[in-house]
Amino acid sequence: MATKKTTILNLPEEEYVHPGNRACAGCGLSIVYKTGLKALGRDSILVVPPSCLTVLQGLYPIAATQLPCLNVTFASTAAAATGVLAAMRAQKRPDVQVAAWAGDGGTSDIGLQALSGACERGEDFIFICYDNEAYMNTGVQRSGTTPQHVLTTTTPFTGKHQRKKDVPAIIAAHGIDYVATASAAYPLDFYDKVVKAKSIPGPKYIHVHTPCPAGWGFSPRYTVKIGRMAVETGLFDLYEREKGQFRLTGASEKMLGKKRKPVAEYFITQNRFKGMDEEKIQSLQAEVDEKWAGYEKIAQGVC
Amino acid sequence: MHIIEAGNVAAAMGVKLAGVQVVAAYPITPQTPLTEKLSELVDSREMDAQYIPVESEHSALSVCIAASSAGSRAFTATSANGLLYMNEQLHWAAGARLPIVMCVVNRGIGAPWTVWNDHQDAMSQRDTGWIQLYCCDHQQIIDTVIQAFAIAETVRAPVMVCYDGYILSHTYMPFDIPDQADVEKFLPAFTPDWALNPQCPANLNTVTLPEPRADVRGNTAPGYMEIRHNLHTDLRRTIDVTADTDTKFKDIFGRGGQPFIESYFCDDAEHVVVCMGSLSYQMRDVIDELRKEGVSVGVYGLRLYRPFPDRAVAEALDGRKNVLVFEKALSYGYEGPLFSDIKAALYGTDSLPKIRNFILGLGGREIRTRALYQAVKTACNENQSKPHEPDFIGLKL
Repeated sequence: MATKKTTILNLPEEEYVHPGNRACAGCGLSIVYKTGLKALGRDSILVVPPSCLTVLQGLYPIAATQLPCLNVTFASTAAAATGVLAAMRAQKRPDVQVAAWAGDGGTSDIGLQALSGACERGEDFIFICYDNEAYMNTGVQRSGTTPQHVLTTTTPFTGKHQRKKDVPAIIAAHGIDYVATASAAYPLDFYDKVVKAKSIPGPKYIHVHTPCPAGWGFSPRYTVKIGRMAVETGLFDLYEREKGQFRLTGASEKMLGKKRKPVAEYFITQNRFKGMDEEKIQSLQAEVDEKWAGYEKIAQGVC
Repeated sequence: MHIIEAGNVAAAMGVKLAGVQVVAAYPITPQTPLTEKLSELVDSREMDAQYIPVESEHSALSVCIAASSAGSRAFTATSANGLLYMNEQLHWAAGARLPIVMCVVNRGIGAPWTVWNDHQDAMSQRDTGWIQLYCCDHQQIIDTVIQAFAIAETVRAPVMVCYDGYILSHTYMPFDIPDQADVEKFLPAFTPDWALNPQCPANLNTVTLPEPRADVRGNTAPGYMEIRHNLHTDLRRTIDVTADTDTKFKDIFGRGGQPFIESYFCDDAEHVVVCMGSLSYQMRDVIDELRKEGVSVGVYGLRLYRPFPDRAVAEALDGRKNVLVFEKALSYGYEGPLFSDIKAALYGTDSLPKIRNFILGLGGREIRTRALYQAVKTACNENQSKPHEPDFIGLKL
């Protein structure tokens, strides 16, 4: 990979998000949104379903965003992005960048059918899922990507029993040319991935891990710290899958061959993991170890 | 040009002539041949449009909503459960004031499955804020599709063009294909009030509050209830817009003249039948027969169902002895929805006619002209009101 990495010194200064929006204090999405729009650039149209982002953008007739945005129904995000693309082709404006931007519920659950359809049709757009691991906008209910054992308002006492749905893997199975993960704690890595996605024709999917102080139960000042811990413990990994080729990127790539932080250190920082006992922690640690053993093999070219 | 083709082909030709830029559709019987014809026209480049073969009806209308929001003329089509699957998006398209046109090839709703015709699908969606027009034959299908865009783009509201599954969609009939240049004279290119555009960014369909609120320039923007009220008043205005559109269409193409209800031997009729779609044409045979026997009877075929042309209906029915409403839909637990609407339209007029409701043809149950004849003749002779009890024709209990 010869692409030059963006640094804080050469990140574009132009802001597309107005200061003073309706996001919560310490919102991970704020970081990702601000950075992502810089990467998308002025000549873009956004499609957004109901989510915290709809709230962040503001109430009619005031908007916190300087890019044109179509708010759509929960299930229809990727189909609506398709419609915008079709209109741009019909009007001979193929250079407009169309980006769909949905939360994990709108992506992994209700929006998955439309997303799958758009990927299968090969629509030329970027789908960004910001994964705050629950239905945060409606008050912290479990979603398809809520991790196992997490307490939410719909899994209040014993936590979610099922494992986190691996949406990037599902989307990768469509055989699209670019699938990547990113984290709000590493905004420049995310920025570079959005920029790269813009250069690739067809559907692109970026899954961004987005810490949520209100939903996860931590103090707003720790958003970046907690996002980093998720990566440093190996629970959430930064990677790219370009034309089927998998590789870890950024902070995750640097962890290859090194000792990771124990997952328990991550769990203890947030109220949502309160229901976990030693046995559950150890079982999740074993899962992470196994996953990373696989990454080490890939890095060594074993498989 | 005069051709003989299926009703679905007539609809597709109308879509092509209307200069639709984005078509999105998902196949469902009996709409499928329309979808197939449109893909054929686009694939062969006879039609310059984007055709999106989506994975569901919900997505079909979503594509149209977004394409229309981005300033393109958009079309889709469906039937029965496909229409119901769109329900959320139907409300959205109307609420967002998008002039999308959709053909609804009427089919009964499951459960249990039926592929045959009745009007339950479209009529169950009457409160979504869509304009609903019903067609009686293939000429009306092609003409109405073209007119629908003119109406939709004048009032900024979506339109359903409804026609009977199989009875019209799959049968062959002669019809005239309007001249492209004439259509362009009638229907200019789509110019939206507002469209998604990076050069002029705006956030469309964002969260609204119950109360009006000032924008950054201090102008008052309506609250949710005002937005709803505006949709309602504009739909009421659509009654006049439909009449004006019909007049303009007649000036150019020579067809039309009865924008709300088509009258057949109604001028002097003591008894009138009211129905929708192809049934009103079948009923003409009954009228012919009864007229020969000296019964003073006529039939009205309702073309505009939503907004309901209440004044025109009340005027048409005023002073009649008997009004007999025949319909292929039912508001379960009450009566036929058209029947309720007609009674409501008559409220306040001086001479209330006797009124009866007949439910027939649900899920494609055969409608025999003989049975229609018998029902109309008996009802005319009995001359009695049954305001809340529909009679079922052809029911085999």
